[in-house]
Order: sequence, then structure tokens, then C-alpha cells
Amino acid sequence: MLKELRPALVMTAALTVLTGLAYPLAVTGVAQAVFPHQANGSPVERGSAVVGSDLIGQPFTGERYFQPRPSATGGPDPADPSRTVPQPYNAANSGGSNLGPTSRALAERVQAEAERLRAENPGVPVPVELVTASGSGLDPHLSPAAADFQVPRVARARGMTEAAVRGLVAANTAPRALGFLGEPTVNVLALNLALDKAAGGR
Amino acid sequence: MTVNGWIQILVFIALVAAMARPLGGFMTKTFNGERTFLSPLLGPVERGLYRLAGVDAKAEQHWTTYAVSMLLFSAAGMLLLYALQRVQGLLPLNPQGMAAVPADLAFNTAASFTTNTNWQSYGGESTMGHLVQMAGLTVQNFVSAATGIALAMALVRGFARTSARTVGNFWVDLTRATLHVLLPLALPIALFLVWQGVPQTLAGAVDATTLEGARQTISLGPVASQEAIKMLGTNGGGFFNANSAHPFENPNALTNLVQTLAIFAIGAALTNVFGRMVGDERQGWAILAAMGLLFVAGVAVCYWAEAQGNPAFAGFGVDGSAGNMEGKETRFGVAASALFAVVTTAASCGAVNAMHDSFMPLGGMVPMVNMMLGEIIVGGVGAGLYGMLLFAIVALFVAGLMVGRTPEYLGKKLEAKEVKMTMLAVLCLPVMMLGFTALAVATDTGTASMANAGPHGYSEALYAYVSAAANNGSAFAGLGADTLWYNLTLAVGMLVGRFLVIVPMLAIAGSLAAKTRAPASAGTFPTHDGLFVGLLVGVILIVGGLTFFPALALGPIVEHLAMAAGTLF
Repeated sequence: MLKELRPALVMTAALTVLTGLAYPLAVTGVAQAVFPHQANGSPVERGSAVVGSDLIGQPFTGERYFQPRPSATGGPDPADPSRTVPQPYNAANSGGSNLGPTSRALAERVQAEAERLRAENPGVPVPVELVTASGSGLDPHLSPAAADFQVPRVARARGMTEAAVRGLVAANTAPRALGFLGEPTVNVLALNLALDKAAGGR
Repeated sequence: MTVNGWIQILVFIALVAAMARPLGGFMTKTFNGERTFLSPLLGPVERGLYRLAGVDAKAEQHWTTYAVSMLLFSAAGMLLLYALQRVQGLLPLNPQGMAAVPADLAFNTAASFTTNTNWQSYGGESTMGHLVQMAGLTVQNFVSAATGIALAMALVRGFARTSARTVGNFWVDLTRATLHVLLPLALPIALFLVWQGVPQTLAGAVDATTLEGARQTISLGPVASQEAIKMLGTNGGGFFNANSAHPFENPNALTNLVQTLAIFAIGAALTNVFGRMVGDERQGWAILAAMGLLFVAGVAVCYWAEAQGNPAFAGFGVDGSAGNMEGKETRFGVAASALFAVVTTAASCGAVNAMHDSFMPLGGMVPMVNMMLGEIIVGGVGAGLYGMLLFAIVALFVAGLMVGRTPEYLGKKLEAKEVKMTMLAVLCLPVMMLGFTALAVATDTGTASMANAGPHGYSEALYAYVSAAANNGSAFAGLGADTLWYNLTLAVGMLVGRFLVIVPMLAIAGSLAAKTRAPASAGTFPTHDGLFVGLLVGVILIVGGLTFFPALALGPIVEHLAMAAGTLF
């Protein structure tokens, strides 16, 4: 048994160096050289300021912007850091609501959210993805239906025609990957940047 | 359910089947010590490692020495990982200044990653610094997977050899699995993931000012290198709390396909390695076919359940045609989310691209059933094959009882010792899963962590112990598992679920290797045709059903009935 102790210790150390240092550092080196934009989190810049990431959703509450799906992420309470309070789209603490299908809290949240949305676009059923929280809490996308639902409000708030807003939605809609994988998506940050740009910036 | 959803599922199955044979051929050569195209490059590194460790690559081990080597190596890895977490505050490469991990959580995490479980009682981006992620967690992602592959090789040699004293050399199998199989596959996958948007940097976070003027801190790190091996090694421990639902771990539907393929690639190929090593590839295809039948059934149920949508939202003026989207990402939708959930629990991966806790009752039951059956549907790398072979022994034992003949598998007589050891390995899982669940739901300490009320709260605890003992690591993540009770009991479940299966399995390997091979006769039960596949699937479902149906009835099944009756909790 003692005979096997040396390989146990040496292999643990050697494989730690190989797979825990050499491998990730080699990947980091190549990644930073070949794909620096992606390797550093796909930041989106407007002017010289970083306004977000291509891949990470951010909260939008104003009616001039397309709003993302609900997010269940939380963060430390500024008043008492030992407590966690809701902080939608906290990109330093990802997660979903983890509410089960028979949860009363879930049903009440969805009902309230659906009522709020129907008030701004009466008579149109609210796409369910617009009232359900994503798994990461950082979903950067809307489904085309969820974006379409918001077109009248955004057009009204911006004084644009619905057709013009729809055009921007279409321009920022990506089809399924390879034509059949996943679902079509609308990138909310890219779409809202396009809206601001169409309005001549701010 | 849509046609497009089923096309995704069928393309996935076709790709897994297509990869099994080429990868199986390569791995067979590697573990037989033959030259492959990687030998000129990796041979010198491999020999250097042996020299450093004082390993004689030609000297083979008796199954007991093999087991001792494996246990010592696992213990050393677990101690190192525990120590790294405890001194995290003093280590470099910690840009976010993460503090030392508390003792019970560090113990749970060390047990979790060395057993290839990757249960996470912590949130990745809020707990672990980069050095612990790399030199601690990524290392165990490699070597716990390599250990699993090594153990499967030992059992396969038990079937392949006759009158042999030894089952291989653990150090050689471990090194070859890491160096020749896992690393060469992980590297290109990691770079592909970076190309598609997965970060890979030593920086800690980037601060953005959103369009509406709020501050957003976006966590970054060496994600891609860990992500690749997390899938390939069926580990599943995410860099971020949300795991593969996080857009930085799994940015689009294409990376999602690659990730699901990576989960199944090695496990499926190992069935082919088994066939080749016992000299009849059909034996491997029969095992893979049994896995495939169970897999398709699981996907069909899960996808159907998730596509239904939640009836509790009726009357809210909601268009539910997208299905049950709570806890799911827009870019994946229900089809790719249901497929991922079944793949990750059929294998012992445990990565998630959607929150299982928010699945429909029957949709969430499928992952549970997959794990309860012991993750033998492709399964963990290595663990899936040896788990399935243990069930094959049970199936042939049952067949032998029916015709009153000593059962054989591949010419090896299955006698009292093999069957007893198999039962020991098969029974320790339900003891852990059901025993601890019973304790958790009967105590205030256990129920206090539940995030959902009613049967779903019970399901959260059941899922946790099932996931731990099966070494899966996925969760009904509402459960607040970072408590002393859950950290310790889950760690015990993980350790027992790993090592109390492995040691009896190695004993079987040693015992089989020593036997002679009985020549096939007219009375031999063929183990490469449909009858055997049917018998094997039947035995798995009967054993699983008898053991777990009552536990499932109290959780997902009663929740499904309550949901149909319109009850909320």
C-alpha cells in the first residue's frame, strides 16, 4: 500500500500542474491572441464607454426601450449586506426563480406581470416567455413574439411609426442556428441601441 | 411539441451514434498501449510522468492494488482541493478577493468534485477565485473523469481476459485517459467555445454603465477551459451559478449542441471499446441500444411535459404556446432545454441549461428517474459503462434463474460472488437516496431549506440526495443546500455512491479476469440481440420501479395530479 503512496502524491501534483495550470493558461493565451473580443466578455461600447455585453441581458424599465424578460437574480441589500434582495440582471450572481409549477408565488407573479403588460397593449395575449423568468436571470434575448408585443408601446413613447420599429426588430432578429437549432432570438441590448441610434443618439 | 424540436433531438442521437465507433477505436488502441496519431507528441510526456511518479508501466496490478491506488489518488485529490479552498484568501489569481470557503462547504465541494458529482452548494461566481476554479476544480474535472474511465477499463479487461491475475495498472489507465483522451478533446472544444463567446481571461469582472444609467458588474474568468472539460468529463460543475443556462457558459444553440454531444461522446464510445476488447463489437452495440431505448423514452416524456405549458396561467391572458418557459432561456426554448435535461441526467453530468426546479412535475421527474436508475443511459464517463454492465449481470442472473442454468456473460460464469457484489453495488444507491430523503423530510433542519411548499418541496430534497448518490450534481436548485446538514449528508451520499459502487465492481473485475471462458454452445444465451436488449431494459425498469415508485408517487406524481386539479401551494 505504501508503494502506491508515491505515485498518488506525485500524480496529484503533476496532473494539477498539467490540467490546472498549463491547460487553462494555454487556452487563455490562445483565446486572448485569436479571439480577444469574446475572451473578454464580448463588451459593447458606445463611444468609449462600456454599456454592457452582447451576451448579457440588462434591466430596462423605461417605456422607450424594449424590456427584457423578468429576472430572478438577487444581490446583497445595500442597507444590510447579510440579506439578499431582488436585483434583476445582476451579472455577478446568476440564477433563476426555482419556483415550481404549482407554486402560488409563481402564479401570482405571472398574473401581476401579465396584467401590467396587457394594460399597455390591450386585447393581445401576452407571450408566456415575456412573463416568465429565465434560468440565468441574464437572458439577453426576447422571442420575436415577445418583442412584437412591445412594438406599439415603444413606437408610441418614441413617436415613431410601428412599421419603423418593426423594421428595427426584424434587423436585430437572429434565426435558429444552422436553421434548426434552438429558437429565433432578438437581442434586446442591440435592438435598444439601434433605437437610440435611429433617434440620433442621446 | 414541434417538428423542429424533434429534428434537433434526432440529429443529436444520430451524431452520438456516428461518433461512437471512431472514438471507440481510438480509445481501444490507447488503452491497449498501441500507437495512435497522438503517440509521437504525448508519448514522451506520458513516460516522463511515469518516471517522476516511479510507475512501472509494464507492471500490472491485482484488483486490490488497483483499488488501493484509486482510493489513495482520490484521497490525495480531495485533500488538496479542500486545502486550496480553505486558504483561498491567501492565493494569487483572485481578482474579486474571494474569502476562504467555510469548512463544511469546502468539505462538500471537495467530496463533490473528486467523486465526479460536481454538486454545488455554492454559487460559482460569488464564491470561488480563479486559482481554485483552475487548479482545484478543473483538475478534478479531468482526473475524476479519467478515474472513471480507468475503472471501466479494469472491468472490461475482467471480461476480456481468461485466467489472469491482474486487471491493468491504475496509474497507466489514469494517465492515458487524461493525456490521450480528455486533454486532446478538451482543447479544441474550449477554443470553439471562446470563438462562440465564452470568456477566457484572468480578469475578474468588467463594469458597465447600462443604457438607462445603472451600473452592471459582469463576472468574467477562465470559463471556457473549465466548460469544455465539465462536459466531456460528465462533471457538470459550472463556473457560474446558473451553469450552462448562463450566456457566458453556453452562448447559443450551436454551443448547446456541442455541449450535449460532449456529455455523451466518451460514454457512448466506451460501449464500443467494450465490444472491441471482448472481441465482438455487437456486444457493445447491444449495450448502446438498451441505453438508446431508455433515452428516447425519457426525452419523449420530458419534451411532451415541457411543451404543455403551465395550466395555472390559464385566465391570465397569456399566450402559452412557447411552453413552460419559467427557468428557461429564449435561445434554447423547450426542446433544447428538455433534451439537455435528459442528457445531463442520463449521463452523470449534472450541468443544466434550464432550471430543473421549474420544470413541469413530469418533466422534472424524468431527470430524477434517470439518476435513480443509476445513470446507466450512456452514463458518466466510465461509470455509465460499469453501471450498465452490473445491470447486465443482474439481467443474466434473472434469465439464468428462469431456465435453471448457471448464467454466463461472454463465456464467464456468473456465480454467487459476482451476483452478491453486484447487489451490493446496486443497493447502496437507494439506501443513500431514500434514507437521507426520509431523514430530511422528517426533520425541521431538512425542511427549513426547501424553497417550494407542498410536494414540490419534498421533490427538492429527494432530487438532492438522488443527484448526490448517483454522482450527478444537478439540482432542484431552490433547495438552500449550503447548510451544515445538507453539506455533510450530501457529501456522505456522494462518497458512498461513488466508492461503494467502485470497490465491489473492481472485485467483480478481478474475479471475472481469473475465470476461464466457457465455449459457446446451443444453450448459451446470446447477449448481442434484441431479446437481450429487451431483457436488460426490462430488468432496469423493474429494479428501478420497485425501488423508487413510492418515493416518486409522493413527489412529482402527486404534484402532477394536484396541478391537474388546479391546486397551488
